[in-house]
Amino acid sequence: MTTKLFGEPVRRREDARLVTGRGRYLDDIGAGALAAAFVRSPHAHARVLDVDVDAALDVEGLVAIYTYEDLTGPLAEPLPVLIPHPQLHAPRTGHPLANGEVNHVGEPVVMVVATDRYVAEDAAERIAVTYEELPAVVGVDAAREARASVHAEIPDNVAAVHHQETGDVEEALRGSSRTLSFTQYVERSACMPLEGKGVHARWDADDSSLRVHTSTQASTSVRAAIAAKLQLPLDQVEVVAPDVGGGFGVKIVHPWPEELLVPMAAIALGREVKWTEDRREHFISSAHERQQRQEIRVGFDDDGRLTALDVHIWHDNGAYTPYGIIVPIVTATQLVGPYVVPTYRVRVESVYTNTVIVTPYRGAGRPQGCFAMERTMDRIADALGLDRAVVRERNLIRPDQFPYDHHLTFQDGRPVIYDSGDYPGLLGKLTALVGWSAAGELRAAAAERGKLLGIGMALYVEGTGPGPYEGGHVQVLGSGKVLVSTGLTSQGQGHETVFAQIVASELGVPIDDVEVTTGDTRRFGYAVGTFASRAAVMSGNAVALAARGVREKALRIAAEVLEAEPDDLEIEDGLVQVRGTPGTSIPLRTVAVLSNPLRYAFDEAAKQATQFATHDDSKPPVAPGDAPGLEHREYFSPLRSTFASGAHAAVVEVDPQTWEIDVVTYAVVHDCGNVVNPMIVEGQVHGGVAQGVGGALYERMAYDADGQLQNASFMDFLMPYASEVPDVVIDHQQTPSPLNPLGIKGAGEAGVIPGSAALASAIEDAVGRRITSMPISPTELYDLVRDPGAERTAASARRAGAPA
Amino acid sequence: MSTSADAERTVRLTVNGVPREATVPVRRVLADALRDDLGLTGTHVGCAHGVCGSCTVLVDGDPVRSCLVLAVQVDGAAVTTVEGLARDDGRGGQVLHPVQEAFRECHALQCGFCTPGFLVTIAAGLEARDASTEITDEEVEDLVGGNLCRCTGYANIKKAVRHAAATMREGGRP
Repeated sequence: MTTKLFGEPVRRREDARLVTGRGRYLDDIGAGALAAAFVRSPHAHARVLDVDVDAALDVEGLVAIYTYEDLTGPLAEPLPVLIPHPQLHAPRTGHPLANGEVNHVGEPVVMVVATDRYVAEDAAERIAVTYEELPAVVGVDAAREARASVHAEIPDNVAAVHHQETGDVEEALRGSSRTLSFTQYVERSACMPLEGKGVHARWDADDSSLRVHTSTQASTSVRAAIAAKLQLPLDQVEVVAPDVGGGFGVKIVHPWPEELLVPMAAIALGREVKWTEDRREHFISSAHERQQRQEIRVGFDDDGRLTALDVHIWHDNGAYTPYGIIVPIVTATQLVGPYVVPTYRVRVESVYTNTVIVTPYRGAGRPQGCFAMERTMDRIADALGLDRAVVRERNLIRPDQFPYDHHLTFQDGRPVIYDSGDYPGLLGKLTALVGWSAAGELRAAAAERGKLLGIGMALYVEGTGPGPYEGGHVQVLGSGKVLVSTGLTSQGQGHETVFAQIVASELGVPIDDVEVTTGDTRRFGYAVGTFASRAAVMSGNAVALAARGVREKALRIAAEVLEAEPDDLEIEDGLVQVRGTPGTSIPLRTVAVLSNPLRYAFDEAAKQATQFATHDDSKPPVAPGDAPGLEHREYFSPLRSTFASGAHAAVVEVDPQTWEIDVVTYAVVHDCGNVVNPMIVEGQVHGGVAQGVGGALYERMAYDADGQLQNASFMDFLMPYASEVPDVVIDHQQTPSPLNPLGIKGAGEAGVIPGSAALASAIEDAVGRRITSMPISPTELYDLVRDPGAERTAASARRAGAPA
Repeated sequence: MSTSADAERTVRLTVNGVPREATVPVRRVLADALRDDLGLTGTHVGCAHGVCGSCTVLVDGDPVRSCLVLAVQVDGAAVTTVEGLARDDGRGGQVLHPVQEAFRECHALQCGFCTPGFLVTIAAGLEARDASTEITDEEVEDLVGGNLCRCTGYANIKKAVRHAAATMREGGRP
């Protein structure tokens, strides 16, 4: 069967252009456009006293210079707080260009527009900005101590206190037979797509319309923001996300200053203007994530079952809070993972620092939550002398407990109610896949080779596919082509392929006839965006529903022609036919022609639909309530998020000479419900694991005490090459979601979530010292094992005392 | 104000087998000359400091980071970009290089931004080796080890290298 492609590893339709150099990324657009460059703050915290542009004015090729003084109307106001929340009591956002104060290195102060980027940078470096430096707040502990403040009117640096609880945790802790309390840290990393951000704007003065291309994850909302900030009617602004060279979260933030300033300049100058972010700009003026201090108190019984969990987190949100407290909420609510937590309290204090803003990076707070819970499980096992898998198993939500209500409120404002899953199934598959029970033999064999071997695991549950909605439009043309559009964007996830698979399967047409457009407001104006592993869930279901609408209409029209009942018809390979009666059929493309009653025959096919070719004069050509054309638009808006899950395990070998950490096995069991394209899902897992390993062992944002990012280049920020990424073995489980017609759950972020937790567990197992901070480098591991004050695990003591 | 950096020079190159000429400021890097002056936007700039390898092109057959080379430095050279890997099939279409086919077959790309750098590096490496021998793990690691990819985790890129090597061993192009 050629049209039932749901679930098949269909090769990607994007690749034909991408492997031949015919992709169209932001910087490939607008040859000859003027180029923008920015003067950015060299200080983490300072007052801007003066901007002197005189020396730049005689640079040949300079076109314009803009400072805050040149911004007018809404553009002169602070950038929007995109996701307001009652607990975000002190939100702050920057201005498109600094308004008297800068709060992190890299904040834009001046925009220069010139004939090309080289000239723009020549001019930018001649602009003299006078600053008065202010004390910088760097790192979550400094923010918490609040000896200095980022925003003068917020002396404690606290932007928000997010708080949720499911019972009296103090009482539950008092009643617990065992308790533990500990503090741990997660450091900063960043999305680091290979393509940075970028914006191109073209103003058509004749019809007062603006077309903006931007490397974004949310083109419809960028459009709304541009219209609001530049005071343009929405219908005169078009925003298109072209091929986007990776996102991982950073491109969901909007409007970036440049997304407003570049269009502003294009309108003012009547010329095309483009800005392409360079790598240093991406490091110091986009977004980071992950830094948290976690204070955890846990109560449990003598069998290792949780009785109470109290978590107090300090979350570094950087200089501003444009994305609200989404990351803190996600950490707070996803922390509970696949476990029954009888009494839970979480407080997240989101604090300002004079560093780059913190907004979602793949996982978006989940890796930290997973780190908190999974390291807690490891500590309980260690305290009781139990196997870490056994402790987890005893705490898992059972398959017969779904839907499972955690009595928490998720990032979409909806309850955290797990829709489906089989967590014991995941754990069973994982221990088999990684050979958990054989770890002792592996450890002994490694010791023979002079290596310290350890094994660790981590489980997670991931809320995916949050609303509010996405839409899909499907249209069959008289040529037989099927046009599909949805408003959310693509950054490499293969949406053109998976949405085509879904529509081809639903409609019964060859996939080669299906063309998919994403992220183009000219084609679909209503959308939310691509984040939170939501594209397949949201737009996948929306295009499926739209295709079903088209199918219903096609069958109705075909039934009239074939003098049959719609229920007796099927569509197969683009042909509508009476089931079981070969030969009684009509091509879908002909149905498309007939769906649009015509006066004029503009081509051969159209003749079939003209007024003297059709004969039913008993009703109007377009019946009341009907519409011409074989097309349908539908929206999918779920009741709440659907919860995917998974389990990772790692085996590491540590070299006690160099303290190099070698990940020798990395095992993944993954459950994202029904799978549209297993090849693409595995690719997402591979990529996520690589980012998880990078975040656990290599990547960190090395800020010094003055707020200077010391490693703002690919030479110094250690993003994994192939040599650093382990081979990954994967097993699958499928528990379909009951919350959407296709039964799917999101898959985009899963791979990254448990990386730090699983690797910390494995390294701790290898060296017998408590790992309380991630990432960890060989040098830090060396320092830890040399430190006489470092806590030894009980497991290592037991192992040392065990008979040989 | 004009500086010595504004001085222009005409550079003659053979790009993907076609003689090309561009008058460029002497400070223009090869990546920008290819993209902006010659319109070959398949070559991407990922870091502009020679680490990520996205901008890799072949200069006289060898992989070169085109963000670290001035256009004037390669005057007279033969340059191959990702646009030059496929061959005309003589019927108005193209025959992909085995590495391009393998990337599609093995899902070795996601966003595709770094892909051109991998493709030209791997193509040059495979063409330089004895195609009749089976490719080793060390060779595969070597061919992919100098480029950054943020999407794929490299597993499928390595798979694609083996796939392409096998195709070439069986007598596929070149």
